[in-house]
Amino acid sequence: MRHTIAVLVQNHTGVLARVSGLFSSRAYNIESLSVGTTTDPEFSRITIAVSGDDQVLEQVVKQLAKLVEVVKVTDLKPETSVLRELALVKIKAEGSHRLEIFEITSVFRAKVLDVSAASIAVEVTGAHDKIEAFLELARPHGILELVRTGVAGLSRGPETL
Amino acid sequence: MADDIKKIGAQILIDELTDLGVKYVFGYPGGSNLPIFDVINKSRIEMVLNGDERCAGHAAEGYARATGEVGVALVTSGPGATNLVTPLADAKMDSTPIVGISGQVYSHLIGKDAFQETPITNVTQAITKHNYLVTRTSDVARVVREAFHIASTGRPGPVLVDITKDAQEGAVPVREISREYRLPGYKLVEAPVIDEKRLDEVCDAIRKSRRPLLYIGQGIVLGEAWDELKAFAERTEIPVASTILGLGAFPGDHPLYAGMLGMHGAAYANFAIDQADLVLCLGARFDDRVTGKVSEFINNAFIVHVDVDKSELNKNKKVHIGIHGKVKDFLARITPKAPKADSGDWLAHLAELKARYPFDFDKGDGSQIKPQAFLRALDAAVAGKRTVYTTGVGQHQMWAAQFLTFREPRTFITSAGAGTMGFGLPAAVGAALGRPDSTVINIDGDGSFEMNINELRTCFDRGIPVKTVILNNKILGMVGQWQRRFYKRNYSSVEFNEYPRYADGIRALYGIETMAISKPGDIAKGVDAMLKTPGPFVLEVMIPKEEDVLPMIPGGRTIKEMILAPGQVRRD
Repeated sequence: MRHTIAVLVQNHTGVLARVSGLFSSRAYNIESLSVGTTTDPEFSRITIAVSGDDQVLEQVVKQLAKLVEVVKVTDLKPETSVLRELALVKIKAEGSHRLEIFEITSVFRAKVLDVSAASIAVEVTGAHDKIEAFLELARPHGILELVRTGVAGLSRGPETL
Repeated sequence: MADDIKKIGAQILIDELTDLGVKYVFGYPGGSNLPIFDVINKSRIEMVLNGDERCAGHAAEGYARATGEVGVALVTSGPGATNLVTPLADAKMDSTPIVGISGQVYSHLIGKDAFQETPITNVTQAITKHNYLVTRTSDVARVVREAFHIASTGRPGPVLVDITKDAQEGAVPVREISREYRLPGYKLVEAPVIDEKRLDEVCDAIRKSRRPLLYIGQGIVLGEAWDELKAFAERTEIPVASTILGLGAFPGDHPLYAGMLGMHGAAYANFAIDQADLVLCLGARFDDRVTGKVSEFINNAFIVHVDVDKSELNKNKKVHIGIHGKVKDFLARITPKAPKADSGDWLAHLAELKARYPFDFDKGDGSQIKPQAFLRALDAAVAGKRTVYTTGVGQHQMWAAQFLTFREPRTFITSAGAGTMGFGLPAAVGAALGRPDSTVINIDGDGSFEMNINELRTCFDRGIPVKTVILNNKILGMVGQWQRRFYKRNYSSVEFNEYPRYADGIRALYGIETMAISKPGDIAKGVDAMLKTPGPFVLEVMIPKEEDVLPMIPGGRTIKEMILAPGQVRRD
């Protein structure tokens, strides 16, 4: 089971290492992690995608909350949150493949970033599953290079972390 | 004017420590903490020079465990700081409040592989409750305050403060020194947060139970809840079994005491928890040395768990009622409304178990001193006198836990979670300074003792009255026991070819009074000399090489697979 956890931390040197170190020392699996500033320069926000059952999730949240520099931790449930990832995909594109790639790109509302004689680079944004679906369709054409970000997420409604 | 007065970082540090009530700092000087040492010997704080930084760290732990106050260790950068790594890890495992202060190279040298540079905050990230790298003089006061606050509150633990040499040397105007915490993420459970309804649920569980048991841990000691525990146990008539770190939190000679749990715990305690229908776990953490195979541990019992650390609830064992809060608060509030348990038959049954499966051992032919017999004699000799024990790690530690009686909290200072050999002697130094009202006895093994034998110099130098008992079996006993039992007696790196004569050697080298005994008839003489000699003393007790610590639940197994003491037969 995949969970997305939003963590508000004090914007200190080493805080990212502390958070990621917690995962390795307690043997939790990070699927992705993204970090960035917030409207307040005192704090940063980390979004972590983690896999595990409910008991693992409960522990991850509690252990994160114990870190002194962690101010708040929330489990972003898919049904009450908006979650986005971004992927840059360079796909082999020769001959008849080109048209098909343009087609799936348009279906997924992805953006073509670069076109060359032998390749097309595409930017896909969306929830984790959407990106997975895009990659599945792109794979038969030959994915030359793939870069993915971690997840960024917000809860729905006016509430904030 | 006073407003223009400046203070250097080292002076700020020592002034804050003094103001926080620190009486002793344990440590070792070096290049990167020279400014601090230049100030400390002009202050009210007594600086204790230990055998090395590991000793300093364990001494700080011993002091903290014996007094309940924060222990402080002061070390230099690089190897000084890495020597402190083991005590920090030990303190993390056993929730011991210590603050480590390490000097660091000048901030402009950080990252340049400077002489004696180690990125110690990176190294200690996973083994401290929190750590700091301080590069600005103006941060010193606040960080030291925060470090003490974090180390001593909530679930206590070690905090490391790494201070660059320029931050120690730099000067700031006194009026610019801020002490205000900046800890928006550090939230404590404050009483009363425990929901009344949860307390009623626990009372209901007690009412329904016929075989209730309290499973208590060090949380009782750290939360200073021993009086509340006694009142609760006596009112409800629920027997009390303890983890090794809980020993002394409930009087070991109380009729409701049900013994030490775990791998080498009392057979009756383990049987009791296995048969209980209600287990009230207070300030303990379902450690694997207590539970054995956790998936088969007390599955027939209704489990209540109270802990100040929320992450302990459901971590190792799923519980029926998990209460996040202070054990002292929980006990104080539940006791007035708690029913007396219907535990008459159960208490009679436990008394029978206690009589049938006591701690016991093969008495031998009387030619050699059995470690268990020695400890029983020592226990009798100190009864009624204030005594604090420390230990190393291994067989001697388990025998001490089994055969000594702990009546008061903070009287058994042992490395439990981390199992750090070499802990006993330096921890005893800290305990002796913290508890001058008590006789401090370090029960050690020859292996553990050798690991920090360097701390004898501190005892000798300052006349610190630590009594050390070396239970010398001329083998690394616990590893030897496992090699006998689980590796077909293949002794591998547990025996030495030659053995030092500790009693003679220590007297000659350190000028410390010593005695060696090897005959059962000499036990009384040895114990008497040790207790009557003022100042430090080392009593070397020669014991048989191949003596097992029993009972034993082999690692990862269940209570059903417990190996009993010699001559005891299981009757269910």
